[in-house]
Amino acid sequence: MPHHAPPTMPGQPDPHRHDTLLYLDGVSVAFDGFQALNNLSMVVARTEMRAVIGPNGAGKTTMMDVITGKTRPDSGTLRFGETIDLTRHDEADIAGFGIGRKFQKPTVFESHTVEDNLALALKGRRGPFAALFHVTGDDERQRIDDLLSLIRLAHLRAAPAGGLSHGQKQWLEIGMLLAQDPQLLLIDEPAAGMTDAETAATAELLRDIARTHSVVVVEHDMAFVRALDVKVTVLHEGSVLAEGSLDHVSANRKVIDVYLGR
Amino acid sequence: MTRRFFTHGMTRGSWVFLALLAAAGVLVPALNLGLPAGHPLHMPTYAVTLSGKYLTYALLALALDLVWGYCGILSLGHAAFFALGGYAMGMYLMRQIGPRGVYGDPLLPDFMVFLDWQELPWYWLGFDAFPVALAMALVVPGLLAFVFGWFAFRARVGGVYLSIITQAMTYALLLAFFRNDMGFGGNNGLTDFKEILGFDLQSDATRAGLFAASALALGLAFVLCVAITSSRLGKVLVAVRDAESRTRFLGYRVEHYKLFVWTVSAMMAGLAGALYVPQVGIINPGEFAPANSIEAVIWVAIGGRGTLVGPVLGAGLVNFAKSWFTAALPELWLFALGALFIAVTLFLPKGLVGSLPRLWANATSARSKAPPDARTKAPAAAE
Ligand SMILES: Nc1ncnc2c1ncn2[C@@H]1O[C@H](COP(=O)(O)OP(=O)(O)OP(=O)(O)O)[C@@H](O)[C@H]1O
Ligand SMILES: [Mg+2]
Repeated sequence: MPHHAPPTMPGQPDPHRHDTLLYLDGVSVAFDGFQALNNLSMVVARTEMRAVIGPNGAGKTTMMDVITGKTRPDSGTLRFGETIDLTRHDEADIAGFGIGRKFQKPTVFESHTVEDNLALALKGRRGPFAALFHVTGDDERQRIDDLLSLIRLAHLRAAPAGGLSHGQKQWLEIGMLLAQDPQLLLIDEPAAGMTDAETAATAELLRDIARTHSVVVVEHDMAFVRALDVKVTVLHEGSVLAEGSLDHVSANRKVIDVYLGR
Repeated sequence: MTRRFFTHGMTRGSWVFLALLAAAGVLVPALNLGLPAGHPLHMPTYAVTLSGKYLTYALLALALDLVWGYCGILSLGHAAFFALGGYAMGMYLMRQIGPRGVYGDPLLPDFMVFLDWQELPWYWLGFDAFPVALAMALVVPGLLAFVFGWFAFRARVGGVYLSIITQAMTYALLLAFFRNDMGFGGNNGLTDFKEILGFDLQSDATRAGLFAASALALGLAFVLCVAITSSRLGKVLVAVRDAESRTRFLGYRVEHYKLFVWTVSAMMAGLAGALYVPQVGIINPGEFAPANSIEAVIWVAIGGRGTLVGPVLGAGLVNFAKSWFTAALPELWLFALGALFIAVTLFLPKGLVGSLPRLWANATSARSKAPPDARTKAPAAAE
């Protein structure tokens, strides 16, 4: 069985194709009777970037919670790669398989320095004893330096992360995600709290990342989604309302009703 | 590699602390044993023993700081580990009494003869050997902590709920050790000790030796804590404290980290208890009292959690004050402790040592008339 199928354009996704990285089928989650995800199905290919939009409460964050093991689905299939059943694993396992996420509210380790935040995220052994005897090597230092300049925080490397601005924390968290070097990045509202210039730079960074990784981005900022220029999935009340290019979904009657009507 | 492991995290403050501790470990015994009783610098034996007791409390505080200050696990049951270590040592000391007990039984401690027991219970076997007893002072608290932590951390019990079940744990042990049929002397506990390693427990030299041993144990535990907290593991612990789920999503199995540090901490507390008992001469179920664990939390809070040195100082200061109060104004002690705790929580939330850098910065910046708090502000907008 070939492990590296040639990258193809994500047309009509088929779960049994080798370029499928993430496969959700009929996933449902209820909180106290409230259906947060309702028979949600979605397929993300290798090195595909997907934008997910939808009104508040549509279930976007819950979808990421389900993929990363934070929330167990009540029903449905969740597969990563060709074999891994994500419903049978917890957060640490799933991170180990190569799924990283950025939270909607930027979450960094406030009392650690910017540099240590990245160091903790760096791909490597995760056990307590490996950590106890860990010695930072030159390659790790080099990787941290590269990431620091990529996220434009090199001048703040020794500053506690708690003192960063909102936008800087977003970038640091993206940097931590890259340090993990996951196959799939789930990024929840990266542009929130950023200036227009920062937003544009973030879009560019994500497009760059998507050349070698699969990325799922949740965002409300339409200018940002347009800048990403990728296939868009519209969520509403826990299921997919429409899928396609941004122009295509924007012309969709149901989407317009959801965003304007209500 | 090992040298680097143990020393690379040592700051100047840590070295100063160790130097002071080493000086005390040598000077206190010297001033007690080396000078005649009438000499103005002579240190009376009761003071040596009292200071030795403070050192064991300091070790308990250090153990608590490791889990609370660095990993955010607020244990309200650490005195249980301390008491278990104390009982292990007490059992050794009990068996050293031999036939010199009131009933003169060559094997059975007095309380067992009194209960009409015919033979030593199996769990008392081996405790006549000091190395076994010392090992048990570490292993028993460590094992209890491991089992407790295994279930609690895997079930993701945290925050207040964890604090409450640690308190329940120490309370359950309190009730259990009160029972005569447990075989630990019930209400009265273990006491009337005679010798440790063949040395008379009443002699000045033994007291001085126990003080020095306590100082040594505290110093070694301190170095171990520095090594742990300055390693990558220590950084993961702080990460867990600050953003536990973030740490999980980075792929760290948080429960394993908690279990490691929780078990190490319990063993340190057990060692503290083992050093405490020969100095105070008794161990009874009262050491499991929930209030004891809470007092230890107060020492750490006052000294400054997450600073290692702070809790050691906090334990020393609070217990020094306690000794003074209980002699002069015993009925006021709990009020004074409560007031101190509230004052520190309100005005020095990081404790004495944790607040020092800020107080120092304020003092120096006031002198140089610099605007206050212009420190870690990030330069405006990166781009
Ligand atoms: N742990 C939970 N317990 C109860 N209800 C929850 C929980 N998590 C999410 N919900 C509910 O599920 C619904 C979907 O929430 P979710 O956070 O996924 O929305 P979202 O699409 O990310 O919205 P936003 O754009 O505001 O971030 C909301 O109504 C929310 O209140
Ligand atoms: Mg959301």
